[in-house]
Amino acid sequence: MDLSAINPVLLVASLIVAATPLLFAALGELVVERAGVLNLGVEGMMITGAICGFIVGVESGSAYLGFLGAAAGGALLSLIFGVLTQYLLSNQVATGLALTLFGLGLSALLGQGYQGVKGPTPARLDIPVLSDLPVVGRIVFGHDLMVYAGLALVVAVWWLLTRSRAGLILRAVGENHDAAHALGYKVVRVRLAAIAFGGACAGIGGAYLSLVRVPQWTEGMTGGAGWIALAIVVFAAWKPWRALLGAWLFGGVTVLQLNLQAAGIALPVEYLSMSPYLVTILVLVLMSSGRAPGSLGRIFHKTG
Amino acid sequence: MISFERRAVPSRVMAFATPCLAVLATMLAGGLMFALLGKDPVAAIRVIFWEPLFGEFAFYYRPQLLVKAAPLVLIATGLALGFRAGIWNIGAEGQYIMGALCGAAVGLALYPAETRWIFPLMVLCGALGGFLWAMIPALLRVRFDTNEILVSLMLVYVAERLLSAMALGALRNPEGRGFPGSRNLSQWDASANPELIAGTGMHWGVVAALIAVIFAYVLLERHVLGFHIRLSGEAPKAARFAGVVPGRLVVLCLGISGALAGLAGIFEVTGPAGQITIGFNTGYGFTAIIVAFLGRLHPVGILLAGLLMALTYIGGEIAQSQLGLPGAAISMFQGMLLFFLLAVDVLTHFRLKFGRSEATPALRTEAAE
Repeated sequence: MDLSAINPVLLVASLIVAATPLLFAALGELVVERAGVLNLGVEGMMITGAICGFIVGVESGSAYLGFLGAAAGGALLSLIFGVLTQYLLSNQVATGLALTLFGLGLSALLGQGYQGVKGPTPARLDIPVLSDLPVVGRIVFGHDLMVYAGLALVVAVWWLLTRSRAGLILRAVGENHDAAHALGYKVVRVRLAAIAFGGACAGIGGAYLSLVRVPQWTEGMTGGAGWIALAIVVFAAWKPWRALLGAWLFGGVTVLQLNLQAAGIALPVEYLSMSPYLVTILVLVLMSSGRAPGSLGRIFHKTG
Repeated sequence: MISFERRAVPSRVMAFATPCLAVLATMLAGGLMFALLGKDPVAAIRVIFWEPLFGEFAFYYRPQLLVKAAPLVLIATGLALGFRAGIWNIGAEGQYIMGALCGAAVGLALYPAETRWIFPLMVLCGALGGFLWAMIPALLRVRFDTNEILVSLMLVYVAERLLSAMALGALRNPEGRGFPGSRNLSQWDASANPELIAGTGMHWGVVAALIAVIFAYVLLERHVLGFHIRLSGEAPKAARFAGVVPGRLVVLCLGISGALAGLAGIFEVTGPAGQITIGFNTGYGFTAIIVAFLGRLHPVGILLAGLLMALTYIGGEIAQSQLGLPGAAISMFQGMLLFFLLAVDVLTHFRLKFGRSEATPALRTEAAE
């Protein structure tokens, strides 16, 4: 094994790229859960976003239109979950699982004919002086716009949840839906909006995989990223800043494991590629201290 | 204005009617999807639901029905126990893999001994493998309050990696000219899980599935443990007062479902699949979730649901070869079924009400029922 083959600057730069899809999906789910809804369909929405984004990207030739298409696809799919759980009062765990199973089938169906096709990739930022700086240039100024959009989303979600009136309402709905209803807030409407936002974010995260990180379409390509995003929300104790930390942690594990594979570590690839999942379990064990929103996963039925 | 009104008691009629309603709705929506794909919807539905049972080659497909339904029923029966108690084991796919791996490893270690005792030993180890794999999320939940949904699912990915490592490494057939995959267990008399009655598809896994269904039925309907399971799901606080220890229930439900998934795995690897390969698992563990809900979490319902789901698998394969219907369309079809099921389920616990809802008169009619 040759550890000197691993370039720390590139490692950190690719960590940030690997963390971006997780960050989008986790932030979306975080908002959904703060509104008191547990949507376990992140994996399904992500993979649907991956193929929707890829199709729109290939057909239009623009990666950014692709991300838009992915957001639309993810949001539409999430609204199936929204209607079922909010209007038809179905069990959220079961419906979320159904969404994942359905999304995997749907994406495979849509993706026929897109295997092996090359999609458009968004250009990396190239600021004259800054991007050429030795270490900082590559790590801080050397990414595509979506990476910065992800970071901006952390700030935006934080601001929304803690500094805005809409966020206050959203949290009220999530903490105690009966009280929020009594105060005259539209519980179902707030939740549907949160669910659609979560779907759009998961979709964008998926498209980041198919358009930037991999970049091509293969069936089942998310490989559990949606479930890891769910774990990040728990790890983050439902706080946006810690979601960023969590995404970086998992991005780091993934990238490091790939780098070790490339460096020829004396461990079969199969065992190395278990590591992100094992780290997820470990983190869940160590970090189950956060307090979940009060109404998380409970069915809201307006009576009288 | 249409609204829902909670029924005082879940409707029994609706409990039977909703799964049928969901199947009908899925056929309609599925037909629409097939039409969008440019296939004749009526022909597609006919091929999926009619051809395997009464078509020209039904003698070949009918035995497949039991072969495919057995693992689904076996896994779903276990899952349903947990789902009833609000304990969500969704990593059955991983437990299925581990059951197959553990059982096969023990069998292969004894190769080429010729005694029929090897098969029962392998079955035992298969169940144990699934059980132990399920104990990871169970004990973590009990000890650290870790979410069992996420842990059990993460372990599916770990098990899949372990499966390919084993197929390429420790369990690889030494006489296989370097190809991945183990020795063929169904062709070795000591480990084979043969067809018990020729032409029926009946193998030991089918027997185990039937026993599991009966066992689960008795447990849920006649035993205090089943009562505790149901109580914990429907009224967790009342369950505490009734002396139910939540941790014990978590271990029990995950343990039973893990062992049953492991059994499904070992019966599959010694019978229909024949050997450990990289792609050994085909998603039974996930489809079983649909089966559990389609059967309304009731053992007898699960038996019927498993057969129906097996039918869509076989019919789907025929539709793939005869009509060129993509395989993904079938998995979407199955996903849709679960959606419709969850959607119409509301009718069991609520009744539709037209016009503005008023609380008091409704209560009176509910009491009169």
